[in-house]
Amino acid sequence: MLKNLCKRMFGKSIWVYHCNTGACNGCDIEILNILTPFYDVERFGIKLVASPRHADAMLISGAVTRPTLPLVKRAYEAIPNPKLVFAIGSCATGGGAWFDTYNVTGGADKVLPVNYYIPGCPPRPEAILYGVALALGLVDKQAAPVELKQMEFPIDMYERNEAWEKRNVIYELLK
Amino acid sequence: MWLTSKIKQILMVMKPGVVTLDYPNERPPVPENLRGQPVFDHQKCIGCGGCSDHCPARCILVRDVCQELRVMLYDGGRCTYCGRCADICPEKAITMSNSFEIACDQKEDITTRMELFMMTCQRCGRCYEMEKTNAIDRINLKGFRYDNLEQRALIRKTSETFDPALLKESDNYQRPSDK
Repeated sequence: MLKNLCKRMFGKSIWVYHCNTGACNGCDIEILNILTPFYDVERFGIKLVASPRHADAMLISGAVTRPTLPLVKRAYEAIPNPKLVFAIGSCATGGGAWFDTYNVTGGADKVLPVNYYIPGCPPRPEAILYGVALALGLVDKQAAPVELKQMEFPIDMYERNEAWEKRNVIYELLK
Repeated sequence: MWLTSKIKQILMVMKPGVVTLDYPNERPPVPENLRGQPVFDHQKCIGCGGCSDHCPARCILVRDVCQELRVMLYDGGRCTYCGRCADICPEKAITMSNSFEIACDQKEDITTRMELFMMTCQRCGRCYEMEKTNAIDRINLKGFRYDNLEQRALIRKTSETFDPALLKESDNYQRPSDK
C-alpha cells in the first residue's frame, strides 16, 4: 500500500543530477536559474541532488570532452533504473561549435542514450522548463522537421515582381 | 515564541505576493530581440551558401545532388542561434523567429531541408565566377559542394565544375573518430 502511494505521489517528481561535461557554464547558470523562486521548478517535484545514486534524471550540459568521457559513463551507470537523460544546450545536443574537433566526443548522444534534447545556446530557463514539462507530459511537442522545395525558379519570380513594380512606378509618374 | 515568529514570517511572505511564473500554463511575451529558431524562406533563397560559410557551428550543410539541384540542410542540433546567417543572407531569406520551445526527443525534429533549383553558367558550368585564385578562399566559398547530409558531416572540399566522383566519395564520408 505504501508502495502504491509512493508511486502515485512521487511518480512524477524526478530528482535530477546535473553533470557538467566541459560546458562554458552558460547552460549551468540557466539550470540554476530554474531553481530560483521565479521559475520555481520544485512545483513539479524536481530537486537537484548531489549524488547520481539519488537521481532519476541526468542533466548533461556541454559537449562531452575526452577527459570527462569515462566519468560521464560512470555517473550514468550509477543512476538507478529507470533513468532519463536530458541534453541541455547545443553542445550537449549535437556538439555545438566543436562537433568535429579532436578532443570532443561531439554531443551527449554519442556517449549515452539521450531521451530529450533541449537546444539553445544557452537555452532560456523557459525552454528548459518546457523540456521538463514535455518529459512529464504536460505540454505537446511543437518542433517538427521542415522540408522545403522550390517549385519554380526564383529568378523568374524576381523578374516578374520587378516588372510589376516598374509598371506601377510609371502609373505613379503619370499621376 | 516560535509561533509569533512563524506568524511574523507569514506576514513577511504575504507582503510581496507570488512571484513564481506559472510557466507551462501562462506564457509571458518573449523579448523582441530574442534569437530563436531560424526560419528559412525557400522562395527567396538563391543558394549562395553564404550562411553555411559564416555559421560558427557549421550547422548549415550544402550538397549538390546534381548540377541543377542543391540541397541545403539546417541541423538545429548544433545551432548556437547566433543569427549570423540572418545577417549575412543577401536576399533576407533567413529570419530569426522568437520560438524557443523546441525541446524534442529526436534530433530530426529541429532540422530544415531545402531543395533549390540552381542555374549554372552555360559556358563553364559553375555557379559563380571564380575571382579568387587562393585555394583557401576557394575551399571556403564558391562552386559545388559535397557535404554528407546523412552523417551531418561537413566536407571542406569544393570543385569548380560538378564532379560525380567527388559526390560518390562523399557518400561514404564519416567524421574522423577520436577512439
